[in-house]
Amino acid sequence: MQGMILDRVRALMSEGVATRVLGWETGEFPYDRTPKFFNESNLENLKYDSFCGCNLSKYLVNESEKVIALVKPCDSYSLTQLCTEHRVKRENVYALGVACRGKIDVNKIAALGIKGITDVEEDGDTLTVHTLYGDKQVARKDVLLNKCMSCKGKEHKNVDEVIGESEDTSSVERFDMVAELEAMTPDQRFAFWRNELSKCIRCNACRNVCPACTCVKCVFDNPNTGVQNKAAADDFEENMFHIIRAFHVAGRCTDCGECSRVCPQGIPLHLLNRKFIKDIDELYGDYVAGDEADQRHPLINFTKTDCEPSIVHQRGGDKG
Amino acid sequence: MKKLPISELNAFFARVAADQKLYLPVEQAGQVDFGCWTEDATVRLDALKTVKSAKGAFFPQVEDMLRFHTQGKNIDIQPTELMNEKFVIFGVRACDARAFELLDRVFMSEPQDPFYAARREHGTVVTLACGEPEASCFCTNFDIDPADPAGDVTAWLVGENYVLRANTEKGEALIADLADSDDDVSAKQAEIRAIAEKLPFANLNLNGFDGEHLMERFSDPKWAELSRACLGCGTCTFVCPTCQCYDIRDYDTGHGVQRYRCWDSCMYSDFTLMAHGTNRPTQVERFRQRFMHKLVYFPSNNEGIYGCVGCGRCVDKCPQSLNIVKVIKALGVKADD
Repeated sequence: MQGMILDRVRALMSEGVATRVLGWETGEFPYDRTPKFFNESNLENLKYDSFCGCNLSKYLVNESEKVIALVKPCDSYSLTQLCTEHRVKRENVYALGVACRGKIDVNKIAALGIKGITDVEEDGDTLTVHTLYGDKQVARKDVLLNKCMSCKGKEHKNVDEVIGESEDTSSVERFDMVAELEAMTPDQRFAFWRNELSKCIRCNACRNVCPACTCVKCVFDNPNTGVQNKAAADDFEENMFHIIRAFHVAGRCTDCGECSRVCPQGIPLHLLNRKFIKDIDELYGDYVAGDEADQRHPLINFTKTDCEPSIVHQRGGDKG
Repeated sequence: MKKLPISELNAFFARVAADQKLYLPVEQAGQVDFGCWTEDATVRLDALKTVKSAKGAFFPQVEDMLRFHTQGKNIDIQPTELMNEKFVIFGVRACDARAFELLDRVFMSEPQDPFYAARREHGTVVTLACGEPEASCFCTNFDIDPADPAGDVTAWLVGENYVLRANTEKGEALIADLADSDDDVSAKQAEIRAIAEKLPFANLNLNGFDGEHLMERFSDPKWAELSRACLGCGTCTFVCPTCQCYDIRDYDTGHGVQRYRCWDSCMYSDFTLMAHGTNRPTQVERFRQRFMHKLVYFPSNNEGIYGCVGCGRCVDKCPQSLNIVKVIKALGVKADD
């Protein structure tokens, strides 16, 4: 894949499509990858492998010159959504779809009790993990990023071309955990979220990485709003921040899973967004943000068959 | 030296916690951070790195400073009471323990910070040698010995026992009732040091990171490229054991003002925002500030001591894998340059 991508990128550059390419850069370890805009002079540092989990789409916001962007199938939904919202100009992007067979989460390898990871080698479905304390083997499917375990499918949306053949890596039903939370009593559910969200250190990584969070100035960063929130007035405020953020991106969230990937405290933030997606599907019919260009999502698109506001009473409140 | 079998650890914690607060690595929803010991707490002394460093014990993320209460035309001003109870923080690693010394240089120099000083006075630090250093650790670059951490008490896990050495009077008082031990920790230390020598970042080249080369480092054109992927989140600053910047704010209570301070991050757009605006308008300047502070400004004001302790938390936690090691490697100069 790596070689095919580089060849194609070089060809596109020589055809004059663009002078830059947005991709992933090699790091200090084989498993740390950093988003980077490459040009011809440093293309050799471009790497595409199983550790390129991060979604590059948001880096295209504010780009005024044409750039070739490497896009995984799930990333293509974010890119499409950003174009729909006029935050990225589609004509400024040559979207080069790259095949994906699921990305590996090094934190999951560590969570298996494997310490001192210096290298990870892939051989089909088995990973050999080299560590300071000897080699270990793990199954690839056990250490995929959460977003890959409920893969959006192998199809790229709205890209200019695709290199390679992707795999659908789904191994769990996407809404299983949401359904589990829905089945809890309100008290149990409250306890679950309190336990998770009270770990929040308010670093804002979830917000800053989110392709749906592209406000020029976030209300929580603006000293003039009165709600700027560097410290919580009580221990529920951080919880509220996440709930408000989930509301704000509802209907626009493509479930790219970056919020949970970047959280230094491992909070499963994507579950808040998935709850909204599940509700939207149930109340307005199946809808996938970023599936098509220029869609109007159900929350901003009135139809006569929309549910009535009383649905809140019917489904919510004490009934959980 | 004293000895504490693993099997008696919990009983020891219960004795300590009977008359003072005891903080140690505790697991909550899959993550380990310093938390208060209770009988039900999931204590994780095996976890090498807590998500946040131990600095919160002396410099909490948020703390009240002052309360103004208005009644008619009177304003009643009440300063927040300083820490006046003893507490113990157990399981601090060598990097975090060194970080306390760096924070002391900031908060204990004149004019002394009374909140920090009171906590330092009342806190007893028990450190734990690093049995299994991580690939992202690089403390030895800053002359820190993971096999012999500082603190009031130093502990080593040797076989089924913790072997403890008191380094101060406070430390002696804490472990006085434990059984004496003639265990030798030198073999354990040698084992740890052997691993530390082989760590991927064991030999970083810090040449050229000093006050003398300030303008060269500051003006390096590589900052723009290095910072390009930075999200401007506060993860690195909030997990860092040496980041010590804070903001002071007033909260309107309806009848007055609660003045508090909270950790701030130089990565944020409103950091040190003033009436004239900001002198760090883009992420390039913000990113540069963080690393210049640790690698150039701090040592040039503190006898060459770096403002980084090599804990590697930023290496592990940066969402986009940017970190101080990459900066050192990109901007460092060869010895003969």
